[in-house]
Amino acid sequence: MPAGQGTLMDFASFLIQMLNSLQYGLLLFLVASGLTLVFGIMGIINLAHGSFYMIGAYLAFVLTSATGSLFLAILLGIPLTFIVGAFLEWALFSHLYKREHLEQVLLTYGLILIFEELRSLLVGDEVHGVDIPAIFSASIPLSDVLSYPVYRLVISGVCIVLAVALYFVIQRTRLGMMIRAGNHDRTMVEALGININMIYRVVFALGFALAALAGMLAAPISSVFPNMGSHVLIISFVIVVIGGIGSVWGALIAALVIGFADTFGKVLLPDYAGMVVYLVMAVVLLWRPEGILKKG
Amino acid sequence: MSSLNSTIFKLAGLALLACVPLTGESFYVELAAKTLVLAIFAMSLDLLVGFTGLVSFGHAAYFGVAAYSVALLSPKYEAASLWYVLPASVGLSALAALVVGLFVLRTKGIYFIMVTLAFAQLAFFVFHDTPLGGGSDGIYLNVKPTAAIAGWVPFDLDNATHLYYFILGALVVVYAFLARILQSPFGRVLVGIKSNEHRMQSMGYLTFRYKLAAFALAGGLGGVAGFLYAVVFGFVTPELLSWHQSGNVLLMVILGGMGNLVGAIAGAFVFTGMQEVFGNWTKHWQLVMGCVIVAAVLFMPGGLSAVPGRIKRALQGGGSNE
Amino acid sequence: MGHNLNKAFKFGIGMALAAGLTSGAQAADDKIKVGFMLPYTGTYASLGNAITNGFKQYVAEQGGKLSGREIEYFTVDDESDPAKATENANKLVKRDKVDLLVGTVHSGVALAMAKVARENKTLLIVPNAGADEITGPLCAPNVFRSSFTNWQPAYAMGKVAAQKGYKKVVTLTWKYAAGLQSIDGFKEAFEQAGGKVVKDMTLPFPNVEFQPFLTEIASLKPDAVFVFFAGAGAAKFVKDYAAAGLNKTVPLLGSGFLTDGNLDAMGDSGKALQTTLHYADGLDNKKDQAFRLTYAKTYKMQPDVYAVQGYDAAQLYGAGLKAAGGDVSKQADVIKGMEAAKIDSPRGAFTLSKAHNPVQDIYLREVQGGQNKVIGIPTKALADPARGCKL
Repeated sequence: MPAGQGTLMDFASFLIQMLNSLQYGLLLFLVASGLTLVFGIMGIINLAHGSFYMIGAYLAFVLTSATGSLFLAILLGIPLTFIVGAFLEWALFSHLYKREHLEQVLLTYGLILIFEELRSLLVGDEVHGVDIPAIFSASIPLSDVLSYPVYRLVISGVCIVLAVALYFVIQRTRLGMMIRAGNHDRTMVEALGININMIYRVVFALGFALAALAGMLAAPISSVFPNMGSHVLIISFVIVVIGGIGSVWGALIAALVIGFADTFGKVLLPDYAGMVVYLVMAVVLLWRPEGILKKG
Repeated sequence: MSSLNSTIFKLAGLALLACVPLTGESFYVELAAKTLVLAIFAMSLDLLVGFTGLVSFGHAAYFGVAAYSVALLSPKYEAASLWYVLPASVGLSALAALVVGLFVLRTKGIYFIMVTLAFAQLAFFVFHDTPLGGGSDGIYLNVKPTAAIAGWVPFDLDNATHLYYFILGALVVVYAFLARILQSPFGRVLVGIKSNEHRMQSMGYLTFRYKLAAFALAGGLGGVAGFLYAVVFGFVTPELLSWHQSGNVLLMVILGGMGNLVGAIAGAFVFTGMQEVFGNWTKHWQLVMGCVIVAAVLFMPGGLSAVPGRIKRALQGGGSNE
Repeated sequence: MGHNLNKAFKFGIGMALAAGLTSGAQAADDKIKVGFMLPYTGTYASLGNAITNGFKQYVAEQGGKLSGREIEYFTVDDESDPAKATENANKLVKRDKVDLLVGTVHSGVALAMAKVARENKTLLIVPNAGADEITGPLCAPNVFRSSFTNWQPAYAMGKVAAQKGYKKVVTLTWKYAAGLQSIDGFKEAFEQAGGKVVKDMTLPFPNVEFQPFLTEIASLKPDAVFVFFAGAGAAKFVKDYAAAGLNKTVPLLGSGFLTDGNLDAMGDSGKALQTTLHYADGLDNKKDQAFRLTYAKTYKMQPDVYAVQGYDAAQLYGAGLKAAGGDVSKQADVIKGMEAAKIDSPRGAFTLSKAHNPVQDIYLREVQGGQNKVIGIPTKALADPARGCKL
């Protein structure tokens, strides 16, 4: 360990890397929360979830170009993706509940191909940037050489607000109660006279909108490019596996762990960075084959 | 279905495949060779998905491990011996499958699908990120392995025709091997696990061991395909281990009808055929492919594997048996 | 089982038929077949189009013919995907049987093309990809390049960095051939001149999450940072670098691809960036002015270095055809003609090295008023060392 000033600087940059990890982890949580809900409540494996993220990012690009404002784009985008999500559930996913996982894999794999090609037909294959809204485009000086972009803090803030909101919805509302009940036993809920199909539709649409929102928020910092959903999809899978299927809180913990492992892996072990998150997953599986927090 | 009829069909198909190099069109010979390699790959996955009931979504990992093994075990500008690199690369992919199997077979259902996928991603990044592989650009196999045994050269893999027949031979061997395995007591246990694992357990079988053996075996046979792929194209990239590759081979198995080795071969041909036809037809061939897949799942309840049977019943009902 | 067999059977027949048909359709025609294998989709799509435009512009200037022969174009989109590279190259070489293969942008894909070209003895001109091996250990009589090696511009920047008095430099790039070889070229010149590269950092291509690396750079506080990025990712990097405030204290250096074609996207964050490349804005040469005027008129946009490289690929092939009297079957004569050519390029005249790579001036450029203005020539007539080439 270098002494004096060196250690002090190292600690400062360690804190900044922590901030980077937190921001990345929270964004991943936003994507993974929808995935784990759909997995846990409906028992559906949805490979197209990464495409929802991609769709969100492209919506941000298209709507920002059209309206001139990312705020407007997001305000329009959330209800839009919610409606599309509800439609998809009605048209496709509602037919999958009683099917084998293999068929779910297949159908959603086909959906990925369709979404990517539609994206290619409608928007093209170029990489696009989305401008950060002017009021968040500043940077805060953190050390004598480094500044931190305000927009990244905004993303983290939005994600935290949403996580809290999700907590309230699930723990304190009637909808949340029904979701929790549906998670345990479908027939029982139906016996109580609750319209489970409507719950499924809302949950699925919510999952779509959350993933798309993550894509919209990330668009200015990640740019918008073809196949951007597939990396996010696999990382989300890992998060769901680590956190435990169906557990939103497991997903939150897992997303933060992954954000941390990925960020520090990139800097400390660049040759092994891609593997770090999967190694974390392997260790967790050895320790708890059903994830940190079992569902329920 | 008479077994004689079936044997005649198989031999006719084989004879037809054996004729492909006679066309002398090197592009199509190579395309056919690639398809045969994928057919071996699909058969290896069918052992898991179709016969044992394990839906692995990370089978490309073992294909890739073997392909990379060839590239890494061969000297840079000299030929390696086929009799060394073939068993070594197949052995390494089987070993990789054995180790991964120890982890993934602890899980079931959705978990199993996701965890096999995640381990395949881990393997992807081993070759993508570490100094072992050549990064996203991959590695070249500059010289194909030599089949020389103490100075005697039975065939030359640099010769496209020899290589084609070598691959065709490998296909026949893998097919015969799997067919034999499936008729053995071991194979019967696997099929039993697929239909009801609890029953097999209560009958005293240690199903975990059987599943692990099947997983490693499938990995090794997938490795045979990976080995051949590297030899055909002389080039390996991390994309060989990507989840798209795992998805594609799963698709081949399902197209051909799960639990049917000849079906897996047919699935590989249908898949590459669709790719070529749609690909030449439109730049957006994936859109067509995606729609075909979605429609197939939605409008064929009970799964695609039921389709051949249904069509056959329809054909037999109509009396138009070919 | 019978049905599946049937499927296999029918498909087999179909394939055999298809093979037979195409061989029959191989009718004799006297057009020269040129195959473009370039990215027309993805990150590098605009580069692929610029190269194609440049090539066609030269042919058009010659009246649509080279040495009296008409040109027929075949195109394959390589998607910058190395995994499909061999198959894609085979489509042009084995299926379409082109006389000249032109491609590509991505180094990994170009390596696969060079391999196919060598094995089939098809003439190949690489109009961009800078992979050192193509005109290094993997060089071949029938493989040419009209662009650069990754080593060339980076080596020049290494000299510049040392001249500026920088001692301690950090590098960052995508982990692929183009990036890693650029870093090596930079290091070679910089460390020869007494500098020290204190840390090499990489991230997978085409990942653009730079934040952790910017934090690391800030904590290392080097005298300068050398990077290799290209296309949209490069614009993103320069913007992030400025947003992190690093541009005020740590100068950013790069191969010219950092700013080429990206100046609009970078906006103010690109101001006064210095890069090295074999082409620049404001070159004082007539050929360049004429080229730019025609290009702008024809394609309604400004040409870039990629268009120049495509244009020169056509010039190079034209020189070879001329030497062979337009007879593509005399490949040895075509090659001799190309080797001896002095190309009057918009970048300034150049000749080819023994390994078939341009021997060319590398310019130092600075971003001024939305252009990469030339401000010096740190290395004149720089030849790639072509290590490992036995030509």
